[in-house]
Amino acid sequence: MSTIVSLPDQSTARLPKVSYLNKEYGLKSWLLTGDHKRIAVLYMISITFFFFIGGAMAALIRMELLTPVSDLLAADTYNKVFTAHGIIMVFFFLVPSVPATIGNFCIPIMVGAKDLAFPKINLLSWYLYVVAGIMMICVLTFGGVDTGWTFTTPLSTHYLNTHVVTAGLAVFVAGFSSIFTGLNFIVTIHRMRAPGMTWFRLPLFVWSHYAASILMVLGTPVLAITLVLVVLERTIGIGVFDPTKGGDPLLFQHLFWFYSHPAVYIMILPGMGVISEVISTFSRKRVFGYTAVAFSSVAIAVFGFFVWAHHMFIMGISNYSALVFSLLTMLVAVPSAIKIFNWSATLYKGSITFETPMLYAFGFLGLFTIGGLTGVFLGSLGMDIHLTETYFIVAHFHFVMVGGMLMAYLAGVHFWWPKITGRMYPEGVSRLAAVITFVGFVLTFFPQFILGYLGMPRRYAAYPPEFQVLNVFSSAGASVLGIGYLLPLLYLTWSLKYGKIAGPNPWQATGLEWQIQSPPLTENFAETPIVTHEAYDYEWLENTKAREVPTVG
Amino acid sequence: MEHHEHHIHLTPSEPTHHEDHIVTPGVYLVIGTCLLILTAATAAISYVDLGVFNAVVALAIACLKGSLVVLFFMHIKYSSRLTKLTVGAGFFTFLVLITMTMTDYISRAWGRW
Amino acid sequence: MDSHTVAAQTAITPHDEHAHPPFLRHHFENVAQQREAATFGMWLFLLTEIMFFGGMFCAYLIYRNWYYPAFVAGSHTLHIWAGTLNTALLIVSSFTMAMAVYSAETRKRKPLLRWMVITMILGTGFLCVKAYEWHDEWVEHHVPGLNFSPEQFMTGTKAYPDDKLPLDMAEKTQVYFSLYFAMTGMHALHMIIGVSLLMFLFVKAYGGAYTEGHVAPIENFGLYWHFVDIVWIFLYPLLYLISRHQ
Repeated sequence: MSTIVSLPDQSTARLPKVSYLNKEYGLKSWLLTGDHKRIAVLYMISITFFFFIGGAMAALIRMELLTPVSDLLAADTYNKVFTAHGIIMVFFFLVPSVPATIGNFCIPIMVGAKDLAFPKINLLSWYLYVVAGIMMICVLTFGGVDTGWTFTTPLSTHYLNTHVVTAGLAVFVAGFSSIFTGLNFIVTIHRMRAPGMTWFRLPLFVWSHYAASILMVLGTPVLAITLVLVVLERTIGIGVFDPTKGGDPLLFQHLFWFYSHPAVYIMILPGMGVISEVISTFSRKRVFGYTAVAFSSVAIAVFGFFVWAHHMFIMGISNYSALVFSLLTMLVAVPSAIKIFNWSATLYKGSITFETPMLYAFGFLGLFTIGGLTGVFLGSLGMDIHLTETYFIVAHFHFVMVGGMLMAYLAGVHFWWPKITGRMYPEGVSRLAAVITFVGFVLTFFPQFILGYLGMPRRYAAYPPEFQVLNVFSSAGASVLGIGYLLPLLYLTWSLKYGKIAGPNPWQATGLEWQIQSPPLTENFAETPIVTHEAYDYEWLENTKAREVPTVG
Repeated sequence: MEHHEHHIHLTPSEPTHHEDHIVTPGVYLVIGTCLLILTAATAAISYVDLGVFNAVVALAIACLKGSLVVLFFMHIKYSSRLTKLTVGAGFFTFLVLITMTMTDYISRAWGRW
Repeated sequence: MDSHTVAAQTAITPHDEHAHPPFLRHHFENVAQQREAATFGMWLFLLTEIMFFGGMFCAYLIYRNWYYPAFVAGSHTLHIWAGTLNTALLIVSSFTMAMAVYSAETRKRKPLLRWMVITMILGTGFLCVKAYEWHDEWVEHHVPGLNFSPEQFMTGTKAYPDDKLPLDMAEKTQVYFSLYFAMTGMHALHMIIGVSLLMFLFVKAYGGAYTEGHVAPIENFGLYWHFVDIVWIFLYPLLYLISRHQ
């Protein structure tokens, strides 16, 4: 199979003498660092840790659902398990996944800066994440919370005596971690671009993160105040969501989803940024319709604020309001579709090769399209009445979040792994893992569309026996999926010591990060770069290579 | 400053120098006095029965006071376009939250269809 | 020094004073970029504060529409002199804070310190008045969830004898007070943080940190202070002035 990978001669290649990894040694130099690259690595380790805890919760869920009765877990315990799965996967994995790891690492380099605008705030952001994570682990250790990740009132405020307050505060703290990351990105992208790096020469990865950062800054605070109100309601009983005192439980949902819908775009936009980079590189072609993709990212961010009540269609909002939100939901799908079309057009007549990041990208294209389309079905008011709170919803969001976002994250990790570590991962086993992940995913979640359509409700430990066959398929798929996610953990760790030396540009990609050494220097650039070429300019790359004087690494 | 002699415009992130404008104490004094007068006004008007317009007038005065603080004390009048856009974006999103939530609450009383 | 050698500086090499001021962080090209980035960052943070308070304003709007008589009655029990005094205190403190920024910009250390102290005193004064009001509300059984009693709202008060509500509406005054305490409480928390930060900045300003060109911290703290003032400018009519003529 052809490949574009171009590595230096392994018999003489060495990692660079000085890089951000060995510039300073010792725990303190990592825990008190301002270097965005080190913070990215700290984040990568932390979110991987939480991913596997969330994954363990998923394993428990799928094991319980092998049988129609609630035999492995009691119903209350099952509630705690899916709540933990949701909270951890959403707030402790998906939201920070690409932005805090790959974004933190790459954005300053991509714009040509030495670091993000506020390195100390960046470090603070990681510490807030860790504190929130510790609080969440305390919640799990001391008995869990069983509200569902959505903390719906009045269940969360009046009918449960589990650790709602601690969990709410943990998410509150994690929210500020996210806000500070977004704030940092916006200022960096606006104010720290290198000479010649105009907005429309930026990689689309940067545009996606810019859009996601706007959502982080404007949306997350509303979640914060909502959780504060829930905590006050539970602790001193202020009555803001309590019907007996005149409050409206639906107000909670309005405020909660005002953030949580943009949150799904916070989660997916950075992944879309990764896909733009990967598809371009492995088709050797500039992204088709750069401007359209860039503006679509911003459009998704803006429209994303107008559609939140489509999570509340059956909750008691007025039908007139539901109509408006349903119409707007149709609109918000358009920019996402534009992106899919543009990526497909990028592939058309490109020189496509199938390295691991590209395999994940193809997985993304297919699975995100299905997930996004089912989102449009759900946005339609009539369909939603039947499908909401069933496994159709579960399948929909897992298709976009796992089939879409998680695949994009893995694509990104593999794509920038050589840049972050200086080493290549082993291509054979990584391709195998990508295929296993895809097969496992489809087997796990496609049956859930059918289950949902047939009427199996979500968040139930027990279900009618006629749904068992599909549930068994789903659980079988989950075990395959688990293997697919375990493999990268193993071989990526292996590659840290035994991987081939990658050199500065193993993918022959454009982008400023590929013009510097792997791993980069702490200050990224020895000299401030002056940008004169457009994004994805492969001809410029050819000319540069032709004139390049090879230097010792 | 190093690169200003370049003949090509290569510095898209070049500082806008808006913050070099120093607002004088005179301006602050005038604005501060206006704010105090408006405070007295809004308190006085609340004792007059204007029906539903009490709320409108009170909010209008508050918006005016807020604008004075934003424009002059917070220097928005003298700031870059980016800063002005940023503030606008913030208020816009706040308005989206309020108005679109209200579409639900207002129309609940209209009956099912 | 050209950009290459500046970029290649390590932390140990002493800096030539003319190359760049000591407060310039190395990831910025020049002071102007650093200052603009800091101000932009502070504005973005204030955006998050707008949305944070915005959630409570949204709740207020809805419940005021639903329970207007209860909101009127609840508002009547607040001391209008306290609210107006507090508004005046904050407006003056915004003026003094703006003057502090002016002093930093014109590099006058002693005036800067004086204006900062006056701002601190005014801010603390605000908090004292607030504390008095809250104590009063506790005594009158207006604290939701903890000791709330709707009795008073069914019988009318001395100042507003017509504030007689039926039981179900009288109970809704608890919603008014919930929002009152949540919003003024959150505001007071921001004031406390503000005054504390101001004390910290005062110590550094005393050492001359902000009168040698490094004005960004004072300017950006000023933005924060003004924002907290603006929140109160809206809280005042919404909480204290709901139809005082009735």
